[in-house]
Amino acid sequence: MAYSEKLIDHYENPRNIGSFDKTAEDVGTGLVGAPACGDVMKLQIKVGADGLIEDAKFKTFGCGSAIASSSLVTEWVKGKTIDEAETIKNTDIARHLALPPVKIHCSVLAEDAIKAAIADYRAKAAKKDDKPDAAE
Amino acid sequence: MTAITQIRRNDQPIYLDYQATTPMDPRVLEAMMPYFTHKFGNSGSRSHAYGWEAEEGTERARAQVAKLIGADEKEVIFTSGATESNNLAIRGVAEFYKDRKNHIITTVTEHKCVLDTCRHLEQQGFEVTYLPVKQDGLLDLDVLRAAITDKTVLVSVMAVNNEIGVIQPLAEIGRICRENKVFFHTDAAQAAGKIPLDVEALNIDLMSISGHKIYGPKGIGALYVRRKPRVRLVPMIVGGGQERGFRSGTLPTPLCVGLGEAAEICMKEMESEAKRLKKLQERMLDGLRSRLTDIVVNGDLEHRIPGNLNISFAYVEGESLMMGIKNLAVSSGSACTSASLEPSYVLRALGVEEEMAHTSLRIGLGRFTTEHEIDTAVDELVRHVNKLREMSPLWEMAQEGIDIKSIEWAAH
Repeated sequence: MAYSEKLIDHYENPRNIGSFDKTAEDVGTGLVGAPACGDVMKLQIKVGADGLIEDAKFKTFGCGSAIASSSLVTEWVKGKTIDEAETIKNTDIARHLALPPVKIHCSVLAEDAIKAAIADYRAKAAKKDDKPDAAE
Repeated sequence: MTAITQIRRNDQPIYLDYQATTPMDPRVLEAMMPYFTHKFGNSGSRSHAYGWEAEEGTERARAQVAKLIGADEKEVIFTSGATESNNLAIRGVAEFYKDRKNHIITTVTEHKCVLDTCRHLEQQGFEVTYLPVKQDGLLDLDVLRAAITDKTVLVSVMAVNNEIGVIQPLAEIGRICRENKVFFHTDAAQAAGKIPLDVEALNIDLMSISGHKIYGPKGIGALYVRRKPRVRLVPMIVGGGQERGFRSGTLPTPLCVGLGEAAEICMKEMESEAKRLKKLQERMLDGLRSRLTDIVVNGDLEHRIPGNLNISFAYVEGESLMMGIKNLAVSSGSACTSASLEPSYVLRALGVEEEMAHTSLRIGLGRFTTEHEIDTAVDELVRHVNKLREMSPLWEMAQEGIDIKSIEWAAH
């Protein structure tokens, strides 16, 4: 299969591989996909005090398109607010990497991964807000 | 003549996909050449020297193929390849005997051209039993015995599997079929020329052979059809009545000659080549095992042709691995390119878990594979498996001692 240069670049030189401490309060973790389907993405965001995503990391088990899609979104979310990051669409990812039709699901998974990471971060934040006295 | 050790151009990847196809041996090409040009006659032309000359070529080739499998030359017919041979054998027998018997037995790990032929027959009202295989990929003989009924006309079991290279117990299957007066067809596309096959000793009634899997040309194959006791077939291609009426059409003389020559070379070199490949297979496996953990060979290692390895590299998806090992031409057992995302049906039939099936590669070694190529391949595989494991969330979990099966994954 012929892949775009951008896709191959992200596969060969993936950006932001790694992990944050998933228990940290400023970290949101999204784990999507399933090993049996041949795709698992773990995407993490680290949110600063100013509400901006200051860093992102990923690990992906999957084909080259899945690796490239997750690498790309870690770049895209950095510097964005979580509300902005939430608007990233799979179609944008697919277009940027010129994914072939059979690989569109990889971009869908990457979008799901961001949404899951944001949801995790928000859930943690809400829990913190629920217990304002806990720290005192 | 070109040196036979130098098939690959230096700018090409190392070819490790010998189950897909093989390069033509230059000796085969040399034998074919005259039949493209001055020996161009129609082997069916009985009235002049051009025809006689062509016929000499096809008949010598027929004898060479027959000798490879211990058959009589009258029992070998030329076809366009193993797909046609398999179609003709199964459909031909089923249709000829349908008034008396309508049941066919095969296995779930057969090549698609056997399975699809059986599906078509089912649609026409035939009964087909698809036998499971054991975890090692081999057929359980008791399961076969139990499946045979008085309506069974044919058992079709491949000699060597194209994905995992395992060799089925042909002698035992042949004996069971003969005892039950059931015809035994074997798809020997991956076996002929690689392991000794004798249709008499193995009680084989029909055997499919492919040219391009044995260093011969593409577009030619053969079907062995037993004469005593006689196997009858309804032909699929009718016309001039060539090939005992089983397969009409002018014979492609150069291709027939190529198949014959390829068969003869395989026969002469089988023993030494098998030993050489066994060493290369061991070299590759030892190299990988000494430098990587969590790798699993799919299918039985002992009952296997030495030219095949099918390996799951746990926690690394097969297609991404193939994308990395650009200098190696191998095949992936994961078919993530299909919309269904389903991994190999052969590996699934062995009971290989889906997540492991997604991590498999098929590595095929053959006549032109060198030690140096194996060493390069091992280096490249190790490097990329390690790189991809570093970015695999599943590898990370495994290192942390998390059981991947304990997680509730959302199937997508």
